[in-house]
Amino acid sequence: MTQYAEGITAEIVKEHGINDEEYAVILERLGRAPNMVELGIFSVMWSEHCSYKSSRAHLGKFPTSGEKVIQGPGENAGVIDIGDGQACIFKMESHNHPSYIEPYQGAATGVGGILRDVFTMGARPVALMNALRFGAPDHAKTTHLVSGVVAGIGGYGNCVGVPTVGGETNFHAGYNGNILVNAMAVGLADTDNIFYARGAEPGQPIVYVGSKTGRDGIHGATMASAEFDDQSEEKRPTVQVGDPFVEKKLIEACLELMATDAIAAIQDMGAAGLTSSSVEMADKGGIGIHLDMDKVPQRESHMTAYEMMLSESQERMLVIMKPGREDVAYDIFKKWELDVAVIGETTDSGRMVLTHKGETVCDIPVAPLADDAPKYERPYFPPEARAQLNAKDIAKPDHMGDILLKLMSSPDMASKAWIWKQYDRHVMADTAASSEDPSDAAIVRVHGTKKALAITTDCTPRYCFADPYEGGKQAVAEAWRNLTATGADPIAITDCLNFGNPEREEIMGQFVGCIEGMAEACDVLSFPVVSGNVSLYNETNGVAIPPTPAVGGVGLIPDMDQRAGFGGMKEGNILLVVGETNGAMGASVYLKEIEGREDGGAPLVDLKTEKLHGDFVRGQIRAGRLTACHDLSDGGLACGAADMALASDCGIKLAHEPESTVPMHGFLFGEDQARYLLAAEKEDAIAILQDAKAEEVPVQVVGLAGGTAITVNGAHPLELDRLRAAWEGWMPGLMDKLVEAAE
Amino acid sequence: MKSAVIVFPGSNCDRDAHDAIEKVTGHKPAMVWHQESDLPEGTEFIMVPGGFSYGDYLRCGAMASRSAIMPAIVAHAATGAPVLGVCNGFQILTESGLLPGALMRNAGLKFVCEKAKLKVENANTRFTSHYEGGAELIVPIAHHDGNYFADADTLDRIEGEGQVVFRYGNNPNGSARDIAGITNEQGNVMGMMPHPERAVDANHGGTDGLKLFESLLGSA
Repeated sequence: MTQYAEGITAEIVKEHGINDEEYAVILERLGRAPNMVELGIFSVMWSEHCSYKSSRAHLGKFPTSGEKVIQGPGENAGVIDIGDGQACIFKMESHNHPSYIEPYQGAATGVGGILRDVFTMGARPVALMNALRFGAPDHAKTTHLVSGVVAGIGGYGNCVGVPTVGGETNFHAGYNGNILVNAMAVGLADTDNIFYARGAEPGQPIVYVGSKTGRDGIHGATMASAEFDDQSEEKRPTVQVGDPFVEKKLIEACLELMATDAIAAIQDMGAAGLTSSSVEMADKGGIGIHLDMDKVPQRESHMTAYEMMLSESQERMLVIMKPGREDVAYDIFKKWELDVAVIGETTDSGRMVLTHKGETVCDIPVAPLADDAPKYERPYFPPEARAQLNAKDIAKPDHMGDILLKLMSSPDMASKAWIWKQYDRHVMADTAASSEDPSDAAIVRVHGTKKALAITTDCTPRYCFADPYEGGKQAVAEAWRNLTATGADPIAITDCLNFGNPEREEIMGQFVGCIEGMAEACDVLSFPVVSGNVSLYNETNGVAIPPTPAVGGVGLIPDMDQRAGFGGMKEGNILLVVGETNGAMGASVYLKEIEGREDGGAPLVDLKTEKLHGDFVRGQIRAGRLTACHDLSDGGLACGAADMALASDCGIKLAHEPESTVPMHGFLFGEDQARYLLAAEKEDAIAILQDAKAEEVPVQVVGLAGGTAITVNGAHPLELDRLRAAWEGWMPGLMDKLVEAAE
Repeated sequence: MKSAVIVFPGSNCDRDAHDAIEKVTGHKPAMVWHQESDLPEGTEFIMVPGGFSYGDYLRCGAMASRSAIMPAIVAHAATGAPVLGVCNGFQILTESGLLPGALMRNAGLKFVCEKAKLKVENANTRFTSHYEGGAELIVPIAHHDGNYFADADTLDRIEGEGQVVFRYGNNPNGSARDIAGITNEQGNVMGMMPHPERAVDANHGGTDGLKLFESLLGSA
């Protein structure tokens, strides 16, 4: 057997990201050497991005089923039951590599891609979220990247008319060379009208709809499966260009088509475009596929089959129709002025056959593309365990108000209004709480009902770096806690696992540790994973990002009138903390911002305690006893209290017992887990304390609402006006530097 | 009151407009596709909703103002019937010449979404008669091109004629004289950048937009 087909060399195979071992498998499965088109198809299908070859061995550890799970991982998005015949469909996905190279289009097409994953399944998208990580604020590229990414997310989401309701943004030098742009989309559908990639049968027409195919994004999936180096910016041509106007029309046209019964299977063309969409539907249906490449709508002339199969042009879908129903699609897509073309049919051959200009340019079996994709058990070792660090081990500062001011105006804690003001948060008229509102999760009403979805994204990369296992647990627990703090019943999560190069044992150790921690938390909290995405090789010149397994959590508020936020605290309210405060300082915001250190172990997460405390708090919310409720996380009690005070426009007098074994700075800034800050009228506070005693939940009175400042034991004052100015001022101050540089 | 909401490719506030009108009037408005050339028989009130008609390509509202349905809207306005354009709808009405002036890119060059403070400048219009003159409202805005511009003579004239209906409390986009909403000379066509249809529900955006629709209902 010849090793290489005509025109192909060892160098070309290597450029396609296929190693010797993988190439040998291709030769064996085909019984001959692949031609260029076939090589390209194997290359994208077996890329890390599409095949999960380094991660699959561990993803199976996640619990993925549950009473409310309709569809777990494996389809375009996860589906959960929210009662009354309605389903919520959601997923989070990364667009890290393209966003670093071309921030506006990278982020914009990230939003477009995740929206398609959701409406492909029959859902009308109702909310967008995003989890962003940028490099150090003073890094030369940071403001440029922030500006481009935010404009890209807004430019796309605003135009398609889906509200961007929340998210999170971190800054850390660990992301200087690789930013993270994780976008989440949430949609609603009827449980009896959900569409899948599976279900196609032989003899059905394959219909291409949406935009024309151009030469953009060729090899995007391969790019996203490799490290960056100093020449990475030369990869700009592999970044796709989005058109949200076409996406908006595509959403409406697809939902119209889905209201008919003409569809057998449907798949969006995302990473690896026409290749992965057709292979996935063929594989899931156990069938073959024949495509006539001459029929593919093309934006440019003289495109080759290779280019068409690998293009990642945006806003395209592939639909396998029931025979004879093609006209239904034609009528709808013509009305919306979108391209529509029958480009082939399903077969019973089990092979993927492509013809172009009268020649067969590809003829390979489908099964190996999907099933024989490499699966690596990469070696790993867990990072060295770090000792816990308590406030007792750290010098006590003089003025707590000054410390609080510094923390609240630090990069991760300061207001992100500069970002979210650029996102339309209100379109669709169902947003009950978004980034601007004092709510631990975004709240989006289920249209026409009194039910609402609570949605959050969470991850604390500092903890994951310090201790992947505890950090993984914490990411899930914090999402669960944020949903709980609004009064929602947490239901399920999607995840976006962002890590460095899995071929390095310590990175693989972080990956495995985080997954095992997350899986444990999902299990104990009955909070299964229903969809997700893995992004590896977030690394430049051998320096990896901090491990960042972003979690997107979704919960249900059964009755909009029984929910909580943290902006309703009133003068005279009693402040209570649910959960034990021991002054955990390892990997804390305090340690980083005040001591300039990032050492110490991540705070420990006791999942049974999380569950007990969360269920208690949810019960108090539904009993209508709270004026405000806030989860305690970054920056501890003092930062949680500051959020509550700013949102409620009311001071807080905190009280620290002098005899306490926890020093004052540990009491204020410790990041012990499983805690909530509650505000309640006096009579309600008494009832809460009684319930807590009966249910054996530790609840402590920590202060009183009133005045115009935050004080501790009557001293250390921080006036709210001064706090607000610093909290609101940090991000505009940072971004103004960009304007100055431009001028 | 029989209403119609115009739907262009790229409109994205059409459902919100539909729901707000239904909530106040008790009747579902007709959804009229841009390629129609006639309005449904008996239409009284027309709402041109927000969004990104034709992707905002060329210039916001420019292509929509030349769409098939537009002559019917112009003819309807000429009969003195009420026409409301919100956000992109406002841009479409200025582009079509039904309202004076133009909407330029925001002075800050960025998209702005916030709950804007508005002041009712003229409560003697069929869109605002249920408000008190000078009332302060909170109504959400969300736009990239809401910077109202007209030459000084036009501005003086519309001010003098009471055509300035809403003004911003804290100008978010650089609009001339803080103008947020205007009517035509006859007072039956109004355009505004803030979204009253997003302010008809205490659970979303507040209820300060309700009286606008109630005023219309009262005037019909």
